Amino acid sequence: MTTETQVIDEGGHDHEHAHSPHLQHHFDTLDQQFNAGKLGMWLFLATEILLFGGLFVAYAIYRNLHPEIFEYGHHFLDPKLGGINTAVLILSSFTMAAAVRFAQEGKQGMLKLCLVLTLCGACGFLGIKYIEYSHKMVHGIFPGKYYNPDEHILEEELLGAHGHGAVAEHGRDHASSSGEETHGEGAHEESTQSAEASAQAAPAEGEFVIEKSQIVEAPEGPEGMVGIVHEKPELPKRPEKAHVFFGIYYLMTGLHGIHVLIGMCAIGWVFFRSTRGEFGPDYFTPVDLVGLYWHLVDLIWIYLFPLLYLIH
Amino acid sequence: MATTTDTLPGRPYGEVEGNYLTHERGLLSWLTTVDHKRIGVMYLACISGAFLLGGIFAMVIRWELFSPGPTVPGLNADRYNQIFTLHGAIMTFLVIIPGIPAALGNFVLPMMLGAKDVAFPRLNLASWYLWVTGAIFAVTSLVMSAADTGWTFYTPYSTTTQTAVIPMTIGAFILGFSSIFTGLNFIVTIHKMRPDGLTWFKLPLFLWGIYATAIIQIIATPVLGITLLLLIAERVLGVGIFDPTYGGDPVLFQHFFWFYSHPAVYIMILPAMGIISEMIPVFSRKHIFGYTAIAYSSIAIAMFSFIVWGHHMFAAMSPLANMVFSAVTFSVSIPSAVKVFNWTATMYKGSIRLATPMLYALSFLFLFTIGGLTGLYLATLGTDIHLHDTYFVVAHFHYVMVGSTMIAFIGGLHYWWPKIFGKMYSEKWGNVGCIVTFLGFNITFLPQFVLGMRGMPRRYYDYIPEFEALHRLSSIGAFIMGIGLFVTLFCLVYSLFKGKPAPDNPWGSASMEWQATSPPHYHNFTKPPKVGDPYDYTDLVWDPKSEGYYRKAEGQGAA
Ligand code: HEM
Ligand SMILES: [Cu+2]
Repeated sequence: MTTETQVIDEGGHDHEHAHSPHLQHHFDTLDQQFNAGKLGMWLFLATEILLFGGLFVAYAIYRNLHPEIFEYGHHFLDPKLGGINTAVLILSSFTMAAAVRFAQEGKQGMLKLCLVLTLCGACGFLGIKYIEYSHKMVHGIFPGKYYNPDEHILEEELLGAHGHGAVAEHGRDHASSSGEETHGEGAHEESTQSAEASAQAAPAEGEFVIEKSQIVEAPEGPEGMVGIVHEKPELPKRPEKAHVFFGIYYLMTGLHGIHVLIGMCAIGWVFFRSTRGEFGPDYFTPVDLVGLYWHLVDLIWIYLFPLLYLIH
Repeated sequence: MATTTDTLPGRPYGEVEGNYLTHERGLLSWLTTVDHKRIGVMYLACISGAFLLGGIFAMVIRWELFSPGPTVPGLNADRYNQIFTLHGAIMTFLVIIPGIPAALGNFVLPMMLGAKDVAFPRLNLASWYLWVTGAIFAVTSLVMSAADTGWTFYTPYSTTTQTAVIPMTIGAFILGFSSIFTGLNFIVTIHKMRPDGLTWFKLPLFLWGIYATAIIQIIATPVLGITLLLLIAERVLGVGIFDPTYGGDPVLFQHFFWFYSHPAVYIMILPAMGIISEMIPVFSRKHIFGYTAIAYSSIAIAMFSFIVWGHHMFAAMSPLANMVFSAVTFSVSIPSAVKVFNWTATMYKGSIRLATPMLYALSFLFLFTIGGLTGLYLATLGTDIHLHDTYFVVAHFHYVMVGSTMIAFIGGLHYWWPKIFGKMYSEKWGNVGCIVTFLGFNITFLPQFVLGMRGMPRRYYDYIPEFEALHRLSSIGAFIMGIGLFVTLFCLVYSLFKGKPAPDNPWGSASMEWQATSPPHYHNFTKPPKVGDPYDYTDLVWDPKSEGYYRKAEGQGAA
């Protein structure tokens, strides 16, 4: 037994120059260990891209077959919030990259600071995402078969962007009164009916008269007064498969959100280890790998943002 | 005592001290191990259990089909649907896909490289736990109200049936990640853990097979993951991607599914081909013929496998797409045939020894040829319209999945058994098990080709009386095969307790894992292994006393 162990020890120590506590027993050198980790991470990122790839394909197919649902649906996404979120994520990617650099240089304080900043960015992103989601959900914009939007939600989205709170409230009243009718199957037919009904019933109070119906209106007066009509926004009619857009929207951003959460856990773990001063010029693999992962999460969002928010 | 002198002319070790099986004891030491050898053994045990479960379901299916009308007491048509779904899902996701890479690959791969472990041992253990979790979900579905969609989960049925589809799909999703992490681990290990001098073209062909498999695992499996997530979302939320009720396209699901599952059939077969490439030269005592051709054909198969998925949907695509997919499917058979010809050429003029592993290798050649060639009938547009969704397809894929992959798996298990457990099994009973299984298999599935040609649809509970004779024959074959597998099981398990201690190199193989003791030390090698041509048997000498081989040069040097 003793002879045997000796043989192994010799074999093992031949290559081990570093004797680093971070060197796992089955690697010969820290370099080899680092390269293995890095290759593994890149492969993992490839699988992540392919995982999202399925969703991107679904997006492409439906965008191709039913462009109208994207044309319609994107009105409900707020490019401002989306844009802020994009900026937040890019910034957090920057702080993450800086963290890797500081880890390599062994600057413990800056490393910790940058990790915390990255975490703040991630929290900010999810916070804004929460606002976006809840804003949709209070109006019944749920994915798939639960999609049951308030009748006036579209007007509100369009006009709300111009800052007309009064109209928004007006819309919501009607939605709650007509909400019951739109439940259940065949929601599409009923909803167009009720849209017309509510449009008729609605007295023209406030600055705007809002029409959802596609029926061309009779001119309201002499030629000279038609100018007012121009101020009515052109409201697109809700296409039959509108809910598919929101299904895709929630799935894509939801899966991305889950990745943000996972990324936060990973960053938190690296932060914890950094508080114990584990990283330095010899050993910074975990910071590097988590950084790679975080950049991928960022990158995916950079594709999601224009695909979903910036449709024209 | 395993001193240098002890490793001389392969003396049986009895108990090798410090071997991986005994250096730590207790259940916990297994459940927390990061040793690739132990993880391989744990996979082996669990996969065998799943194989048994799936096999029981198979027997119920064949019993039901023994005669037309209701046959098994208490089994109605709906139950029958659940039974064949469970059979298919368990066998595919729990047994055949992980089988060879996770059980045998885990054990052998680092040793073939002369490495101490895979690149990420903890990830390796995590993969095993993912496998177990996935299995638990699959069994949950069984207990709740087993899914009855078939293993392919086709929409819209899978989005509307009342059975527990979701646990089954979650299970398959988790198993997918287990498979991804195994593949990732293997790719990194092969890239980064090779010792100096072990170039790509000195790798044993089993590693080329595993490598090609790992590429598919990494590229295809995430797509299965997202497909199953979308299926779950469709069931729960009705997002309208696959389900026509909500405006979705059911054929899109089939495209997504087969984009994974066609490559997945090569996840099953490539490692099997790798095992055959190891066993045939060893038992022919001849260098492998066409090493580079076999190596490259593994990669070629992996690449081709991604562009042929459409052949599962000839009924649902445009004529142009059909023609393209048909043509590409034909091209896949070229690299497969390259391998078969090379194996045959390896045996030519070799001195063939019909040991149990070699019997399995020969069975493989025979069965894979039938399975592969019948694939061409299915790849032909005209014939596939007739044969699609009949027993012909069932027979085809059983010839390749069971007749080839499972046979190679069991053959490989016999081949590496002495290394893994340090015990020799009984040659006689090994042979008997192999021959009975082989006969039973053919009696089961040859009649199914005929049934399919005559129009017997797959997945039916009942059939017209004209089909009775062939169905009966098939069922009898299945029971014979079951007996053969049990003989094999007993032969192997018996050897654990009563088998003779194995020498280090019982077959005279030249690849590196045989330079370790049997069973290996927990660090794999007691002295740095020598890199050489893995198929050069010239200086391996038989030592009748130890009933094993040793290297001439080495013996002299050390003596
Ligand atoms: C060697 C060349 C091969 C060719 C040309 C080929 C061709 C085909 C074709 C065209 C089909 C579709 C039949 C139909 O549904 O109408 C099919 C089905 C199938 N093949 Fe192959 N195949 C080959 C090898 C393999 C291998 C190696 C495996 C597995 C190890 C395999 C497993 C399967 C399975 C599981 C199915 C049916 C799946 C289902 O519908 O449940 N095939 N094959
Ligand atoms: Cu296929």
